[in-house]
Amino acid sequence: MDLAEKTRRRRRREAVVTHLCLILGVLIFAFPIYLTIIGSTHDVNTIGRGDVPMVPGGEAVANYTQAWEAGGGRYMGTPAGRMLANSLVMALLIAFGKIAISLTSAYAVVFFRFPGRMVCFWLIFITLMLPVEVRIIPTFQVMVDLQLINTMTGLVVPLIASATATLLFRQFFLTIPDEYVEAAKIDGAGPLRFFRDVVLPLSVTNVAALFVILFIYGWNQYLWPLLIVNDRSLETIVVGLTKMIGGGDSQNEWNVIMATAVYALLPPVAVVLLMQRWFVKGLTETEK
Amino acid sequence: MATLYLQDIRKSFGPTQVLHGVSLDVADGEMIVIVGASGCGKSTLLRIVAGLETQTSGQVVIGGQDVSGLEPADRDVAMVFQNYALYPHMSVFGNMAYGLKIRGVPKAEIERRVKEAAELLGIGALLERRPRQLSGGQRQRVAMGRAIVREPKLFLFDEPLSNLDAKLRVQMRAEIRRLQRRLGVTSLFVTHDQVEAMTLGDRLVVMHGGHAAQIATPMEIWAKPADTYVAGFIGSPAMNFLRGTLSHGGVVATLPGGVSVPLPGRAGADGNEVLIGIRPEHLRPGVGGLSPVIELVEPLGSESVLHGRLPDGSPLTARLPGAVHPEGALALTLPPESLHVFDAGSGKRIEAVA
Ligand SMILES: Nc1ncnc2c1ncn2[C@@H]1O[C@H](COP(=O)(O)OP(=O)(O)OP(=O)(O)O)[C@@H](O)[C@H]1O
Ligand SMILES: [Mg+2]
Repeated sequence: MDLAEKTRRRRRREAVVTHLCLILGVLIFAFPIYLTIIGSTHDVNTIGRGDVPMVPGGEAVANYTQAWEAGGGRYMGTPAGRMLANSLVMALLIAFGKIAISLTSAYAVVFFRFPGRMVCFWLIFITLMLPVEVRIIPTFQVMVDLQLINTMTGLVVPLIASATATLLFRQFFLTIPDEYVEAAKIDGAGPLRFFRDVVLPLSVTNVAALFVILFIYGWNQYLWPLLIVNDRSLETIVVGLTKMIGGGDSQNEWNVIMATAVYALLPPVAVVLLMQRWFVKGLTETEK
Repeated sequence: MATLYLQDIRKSFGPTQVLHGVSLDVADGEMIVIVGASGCGKSTLLRIVAGLETQTSGQVVIGGQDVSGLEPADRDVAMVFQNYALYPHMSVFGNMAYGLKIRGVPKAEIERRVKEAAELLGIGALLERRPRQLSGGQRQRVAMGRAIVREPKLFLFDEPLSNLDAKLRVQMRAEIRRLQRRLGVTSLFVTHDQVEAMTLGDRLVVMHGGHAAQIATPMEIWAKPADTYVAGFIGSPAMNFLRGTLSHGGVVATLPGGVSVPLPGRAGADGNEVLIGIRPEHLRPGVGGLSPVIELVEPLGSESVLHGRLPDGSPLTARLPGAVHPEGALALTLPPESLHVFDAGSGKRIEAVA
C-alpha cells in the first residue's frame, strides 16, 4: 500500500513535468503566430506607435478585406487573393510535377533492365549535391533564352526535377517483392498496367506523405520566384509578403501585413490537417 | 490441359551453369513433382517453364507448341508462389479476377468463374477480404484459386506448402492432389520435402546439381533408385551404404571386415568396387551379417530407429519393430532381395543379372 502510493505519486510527478515541458514548447512555437493574429485585428496606428497589443482589436474585418482586395505596404502591392491563387497553383504544380516525374523515373530505374540504367540513377543522384541556389544563374539564363521569364511555366518547371523524391520512391519500390512482378507477368499485366494496378496503389501513402512535404516546399519558394517574376499579376504570397515590408524610412501597414501573413499561413495548414487523416489511415492500414 | 515437353534445358547465370540439360516428357493431366536439395535448380527449371527465366539452350513445348520465345502471359500457365504473392491492396475477389480482367473476359463470366473456384476451395465467404485479413491456409487457397480461375494449360507450384504448419501442410497436400485430379490439369510441383513428393506425384523428377538424376514413379524411385544420390535422398531414415569388393564371379561382395554378402545376382567382374545400399527398415536381426554397436535408440512407438557403428567406424541405421531395444552389440542380416548395388566410382545403380 505504501508502494502503491509511491507509484501513484511518481506517476503524477512525471505527468506534471512532461506537461510543463510540452506547454512551454507550445508557447514558444505559438506565441509569434498569436502575435500575428492579434496584430491583424488592430488599426494601423496601434502597432505603428510601437505598442504590442495582447488582446484582439476591432479592425479585423477591415484589415482582412483590404489585404484580400487591395493589398498593402509601400507599393500598395498585389491583392492577397491574387497572390494566394498564384502560390497555390505554383505549389500544386510543383508537388504534382515532382511526384509524377519521380514516380516514373524511379519505376524505370527499379523495374527495367536497360543499358545505362545505373548511369541514369547516378546522374539523378548527383543532382542532390547541387542545391537550387548553385545553379540558379545558369537556370535563369536558360529561362531567358526560352522566353519563360514572367510565366507560370518558367516559375514551376525548373523546380520540378526532384532527386530526393526519386530516391525515396526507388527505396520504396525496392521493397516491393519480385513475386508481385512475376505474378503480374503471369497474369498478363504489361509494365503500364502493373504500374497503375499494383505499384501506384501500394505507393499511395508514400505519395500522400511526399505531397505534404513537397507542397510546403513549393509554397515556401522564395529565391526563384523573386528572380523570375517581376510581373505583379504573377506574384506569389511569400515573395509579396516581404515586398510589403518597407526599408525603414516609411511606415509599414503592419495590420495589413499581418492579415496577409495569416492568409499565407492557411493553405499549408489546411494541407497538413487534411493529409494528416491520410497519414493515420496509411499507418493503421499498412498494406504489406 | 496440355502435354509438356522439355528438351535438354540448360541454364547458366553468367559463368555458373545451374541446369545441365534436363529433358522431361509430361503427359496430359499428369502431376510431376520436382524434388531435390536446396540450390539444385528446381525453381530455375519451373521458372523457365513459366517464362520468367530464359533458358540458355533447349526447348519448352506446351501442348505441342514451342513456347521458348513467348512471354509468360502468352504461355497460358498459372503459378502458385511460395509466399503466394497476393496483391495486398486487392480483395480476394480482385486477386482471383485480376488475370481474367486483363485478358478481357466479360464481367459476368469472371464473376461466375471466381465464385465457382471459391466454392471449390471453400473460400466463398472470404471474397471481400484483403489478403492480410486471412490466415496462412486461407491465403494458400486464394493463391490456388487465382490459378484455377484462369483455366490454364499448366499449373506450376513452387513450394506452395512450405509456409504452412505441419498439420495444415498434410491437409493442403491432400487437397491439392484431389483438386488436381478433379480438374485434370497438367502440373509441375516443386518441393524439397520427400514425403510431399512421394504422396503427390504421378512421377517424380529427382534433381541433383542441375541434372535430373531420375525420372520415375514414386514407387519405382523407392524400389530402384538410379544412383546413390537418389537412394540416399528418398526414404527416411536414409539408406545405408557399405563399401565392398565383388568376388565369387560377381555374386558376392566382401566387406572390409571380411564379411561376405550374397547379392541378388551378378553385379560385375570380380575385384570391382561396389557400394551396397540397404534401407534401415530392411535390416533384420540375426547372425551371419553385420555386427554394429548401437549407440542411440529412438523409439517411435511401434518401431524404433537404432543408430550404431560398424567395427570399421562407419555409421549404420536400422529400423526394427518393437519399442524396447538395448544399446550395445547387435547382429543384423542383409536380406539379398532388398539390397541395392551401385558402382563405387560413378554411383550408378547396377542391375543384377540373374
Ligand atoms: N538470378 C540468379 N542469378 C545467379 N544465380 C542464380 C539466380 N537464380 C538462381 N541462381 C542460382 O542457381 C542455383 C539454383 O537455384 P534455384 O533457385 O533453382 O534452387 P532451388 O532448387 O529452387 O533451391 P531451393 O530449394 O532453395 O528453392 C542456385 O545455386 C542459385 O544460387
Ligand atoms: Mg526454389
